[in-house]
Amino acid sequence: MILELRDICKDYIQGKMTVPVLKNVCFEMEEGEYVAIMGPSGSGKTTLMNIIGCLDQATSGTFLLDGEDIGGLNDNQMSEIRLRKIGFVFQSFQLLPRQSALENVMLPLSYAGVPKKERRERAVMALERVGLGDRIDFKPTQLSGGQKQRVAIARAMVNHPKILLADEPTGALDSKSGEQVMDLFHSLNEEGVSILMITHDADIASCAQRQVIIRDGILRQGGR
Amino acid sequence: MLENIRLSFQGIWSHKMRSFLTMLGIIIGIASIISIVSTIKGTNEQIKENLIGAGNNSIQIELYQGDSAYWMDQGAPQGVSAPNQEVLEEVLKIPEVKSASFYNKRDYADSIYYKNTSMDGGKLLGIDRNYLSAAGYDICAGRGFADSDYTQIKKVAILDDKAASTLFQHENPLGKTIELKGEPFTVVGVAKASEEFEPVINSWNDYYTYYGEQMAGFVLVPTASWPILYGFDEAQNMVLQANSTEEMSDAGRKAAEVLNTNLVSDQEQFGYKAQDALEKAKNLQKLSASTNNQLLWIASISLLVGGIGVMNIMLVSVTERTSEIGLKKAIGARKRTILGQFLTEAAVLTSLGGVIGVAAGNVLAKVISRISGTPAAISIPAIVGSVAFSMLIGIIFGLLPSIKAANLNPIDALRHE
Ligand SMILES: Nc1ncnc2c1ncn2[C@@H]1O[C@H](COP(=O)(O)OP(=O)(O)OP(=O)(O)O)[C@@H](O)[C@H]1O
Ligand SMILES: [Mg+2]
Repeated sequence: MILELRDICKDYIQGKMTVPVLKNVCFEMEEGEYVAIMGPSGSGKTTLMNIIGCLDQATSGTFLLDGEDIGGLNDNQMSEIRLRKIGFVFQSFQLLPRQSALENVMLPLSYAGVPKKERRERAVMALERVGLGDRIDFKPTQLSGGQKQRVAIARAMVNHPKILLADEPTGALDSKSGEQVMDLFHSLNEEGVSILMITHDADIASCAQRQVIIRDGILRQGGR
Repeated sequence: MLENIRLSFQGIWSHKMRSFLTMLGIIIGIASIISIVSTIKGTNEQIKENLIGAGNNSIQIELYQGDSAYWMDQGAPQGVSAPNQEVLEEVLKIPEVKSASFYNKRDYADSIYYKNTSMDGGKLLGIDRNYLSAAGYDICAGRGFADSDYTQIKKVAILDDKAASTLFQHENPLGKTIELKGEPFTVVGVAKASEEFEPVINSWNDYYTYYGEQMAGFVLVPTASWPILYGFDEAQNMVLQANSTEEMSDAGRKAAEVLNTNLVSDQEQFGYKAQDALEKAKNLQKLSASTNNQLLWIASISLLVGGIGVMNIMLVSVTERTSEIGLKKAIGARKRTILGQFLTEAAVLTSLGGVIGVAAGNVLAKVISRISGTPAAISIPAIVGSVAFSMLIGIIFGLLPSIKAANLNPIDALRHE
C-alpha cells in the first residue's frame, strides 16, 4: 500500500473560529495505481494533497506513506520524505525562471547529494524521457506551457519517487498540451509509477484508473 | 557550496543595479578604512625611515648632565673621564653592536674658514677610524683618514657634502687648506651619508628639531689632532651601529650601561644615554595613529550602516522569492540548505563589496597622497582583514533574512504569487 489515510481531519483556525476543511477522510491507494481526485473549488483537494505530499500535517487521523507513519515527523524528516519518495507537479509549473531546463531538473538531485557528473546524466535522461532532449539549455521563458509542464514532470521523476502528486497539472494548458501530459502520465504509470492527480476536468479524470470525489471536505470513494 | 557561490554571483549579476546599491555602504566603509590605514601605514613608514635612517641603524650615545645632553660647546666637562680603548672593546662585545666609535664634538664651531668663506653653525667632530662606518657615512671623493694621519697627528680634515658645498661652492675641495680655529687643515676627503632620505612630514616640531641637527654640514678631523683645537682627554660621545633596526634599542641601552659603569666623574649627574630613534619613531607613530583611529571608528559606523542596508535588501529579496523558496522546500530542500543558500548570497554580496571597496580605497589613498603630500603604503593585512570582515558582515546581517527564508512554510510559500 503506497497511501493509507484513516480518519484524516484538517481544521484551519480563522480568528476564534475553527474551520474544518477535511472531515474524516479515509483513502487507500495501492502501489502502481493511477487515481484522480475530483471536486468543486474549495472542497479541500489541495489541502488533502498537501497532507499526502508531506507539506502539511493533519490535525488528526493517521497517514501512512509507503508504510511509514508521517504523524509527528519533524520538518527535516518531512523534507527527506518529500525528497526521496514524492514527486510534485503543480498547476503553475513552479520552475525557477533564471535557470535552464537542465538546471531545474538537476535541483532535486543536488539536494539528494548525487555526485555532480551523475546529476547531469540523470537530468538529461529525465528530460529525454519527457521528450525535451533538444531543449535542455532553454530557459522556462523560452518554453511553451506544455513544455514547461513536461520539464516539471522530469524534475518530479528524476529522483525516482514512490508517487507522483499532480495538482491540476493541465489546469493552465490548452487541450492539446494537456493531452500530451496525460499521455506522459499514462506511460509513466505503465512503467509502474503511482500517480495521484487532482483535476476539475472529467475528461482528464477519465485517464486515471480510478476516480474519487471530494465535496465539502468529505471524500467519497469511487467504484473500484 | 561552490554551487551556491556560483548561483549567488548569477543572482547578483542579474540585479546589477540593485546589488551595487546594496554593496555601496560596504564599499564606502571599506574604502575609507583602507585609505585611512594606508595613510597611517605610509606615514609611519616615513617617520621610521626618516628618524632611524633607512637601513643605517646608527645610534648616538651622548653624555648627559641631568636630563639634557651635555653641550660640548661650553667646553668639555671637568672631572669626567675620557673613554679609553678597553671601554670601546667592551662595547664591541655586545652582541647587538656591529661597530662603535668615540668622537669629540662641537655643535657650533664658528671659526671654520676657507679663504674668506666661513661656515657658521657647522659641526666639528674628532673621529677615530670606525666613525664613518658606525655613523653610516661613505667617502665619495678623496680618501678617509689613514693610520699615519693618527700616528703622525696630521692636520687633515674630511668634509661632508654640505660643508663642502658651503665652503667651496663649485671648487674641488680636495687638497685645499681650510682654517679651523686659526690652524690650517688639509682637506683629504668628502663624505656623504650612505642612505639619503628626504623629510616629507612637516607637522611635528619634534621631528624638525631632530632633523635640523643633520641639516648643517660638518667637518671631521682625526681624534689625535683634536687637542690641537681643544683640550686633551676630553669626554666623548659615542656612535654605534646595531646589527638590525630591531636591535637598535637594545644595542643603545646596553652600550650606555657599559659606558656608565666605566664612567668616572666627580659629579653625580653625569651619565650616558642612548638616543633611541626607534622609541622616538614609535611615539610619533602613536601620535599620528591616534588621530586616525578616530577616523577609523567613523568608517566602521558606515560599515554598520552598510550591513543594515544588506539586511534590508536581503529581507526584500526573501519576500520576493517566497515562491522559489517554497518550491525548493517542496521538492526536498532542507532548512539548512535554504539557510546556506541565503547566507552565501549575503556573504558573497558583501565580500564583493569588500573587494571593490579595497580597490577604491587604494585608489583613494593614492589620490589623498598626491594632494596632501602624505605618503601611502598598501597594507596587505588590512586588505585581507577588510575582505574577511565584510564577509563577516554579510553573514551577520544575512542571518536574520536567511533564517526567515529557511523557516518559510512551503504551502504558504507556494501559494504566494
Ligand atoms: N491557510 C489556510 N487558512 C485558512 N483556510 C484555508 C487555508 N488554506 C485553505 N483554506 C480553506 O480550505 C478550503 C479548501 O481549500 P483548498 O485549497 O484545499 O481547495 P481546493 O479544493 O484545492 O480548491 P481549488 O479547486 O479552487 O483549488 C477553502 O475553503 C480555503 O478557504
Ligand atoms: Mg486547489
